[in-house]
Amino acid sequence: MRLRILDSGHGFGTKALFALIRTMSRQPVLDVIKLVKYRPDFYGGPMSGVTQDAMRGSSTWSVGDRELMAAFVAKNNQCEFCTKAHSAVAQGAYRDGKKVSAVLSNLDTAAIEEPLRATLLMLGKLTREHAVDADDMRAVLAAGASRQQIEDALAVCFSFNVIGRLADAFGFFVPGPEAFEAGAKYLLARGYR
Amino acid sequence: MSDIRQARRALASRILEGDGKASSSERRAAFNNSGLAKPAATLVDKVASHAYRVTDEDIAAARESGLNEDQVFEIVVCAAIGAATRQYDTALAALEAATENE
Repeated sequence: MRLRILDSGHGFGTKALFALIRTMSRQPVLDVIKLVKYRPDFYGGPMSGVTQDAMRGSSTWSVGDRELMAAFVAKNNQCEFCTKAHSAVAQGAYRDGKKVSAVLSNLDTAAIEEPLRATLLMLGKLTREHAVDADDMRAVLAAGASRQQIEDALAVCFSFNVIGRLADAFGFFVPGPEAFEAGAKYLLARGYR
Repeated sequence: MSDIRQARRALASRILEGDGKASSSERRAAFNNSGLAKPAATLVDKVASHAYRVTDEDIAAARESGLNEDQVFEIVVCAAIGAATRQYDTALAALEAATENE
């Protein structure tokens, strides 16, 4: 973590919470938790509301689909922390690790539904090139995704284009798979609030 | 997701208009990736364009220019949310254009 305040600038109550998390999970506290708990009135509080709506609010995309989109956006941002974190959540939600790794290694050949594939393709372009055009959107609609599904996917993309940038700018420590597994279980049980 | 636009507006309003350690104009400049002096401008542009290239030196240079850690925290948060907002707005406009005759 490149800013000391994000590592250890929290108040006493938050530090006590971190100690509890370490004890219960037997894992280090993920840097993303330290970020959202630092001056939460500025960023963590309002951002958690946005992310909870995108990831767990009502949508015809499943939780697994949305976590896969998060991992895919992270991969296109070259954000190792978020790619690993949300691959673990998507694998837990789908109860299928192969599907997630297949999408992340080759979207064209992965065995997924066409509306999801077309949506991921568009999100990847938006993330890498910072723009898409009407033809890109027509292709997603033609593949069978609804307008509302596209809007829902863009909401996921927004959250992870924020979080991935912060992970890399602040230099989040990338822990081993056990820590991400523990984080995934928490996010599947409790969500982002 | 009917509340999400409202939640996103509340987020932008909080980081840009609420209390902060960096000035409101600095936060808005970071959000817009426009109008900051170096080295903060370099850091903000990296966050917006390719955050994985941010280095320890970029953060150190911003600190040495006189920003404290809380100000760097706020400016980076604003830069990330600004970049993601521009992407989102561009994509939504493309979706509108693709569906306007329906």
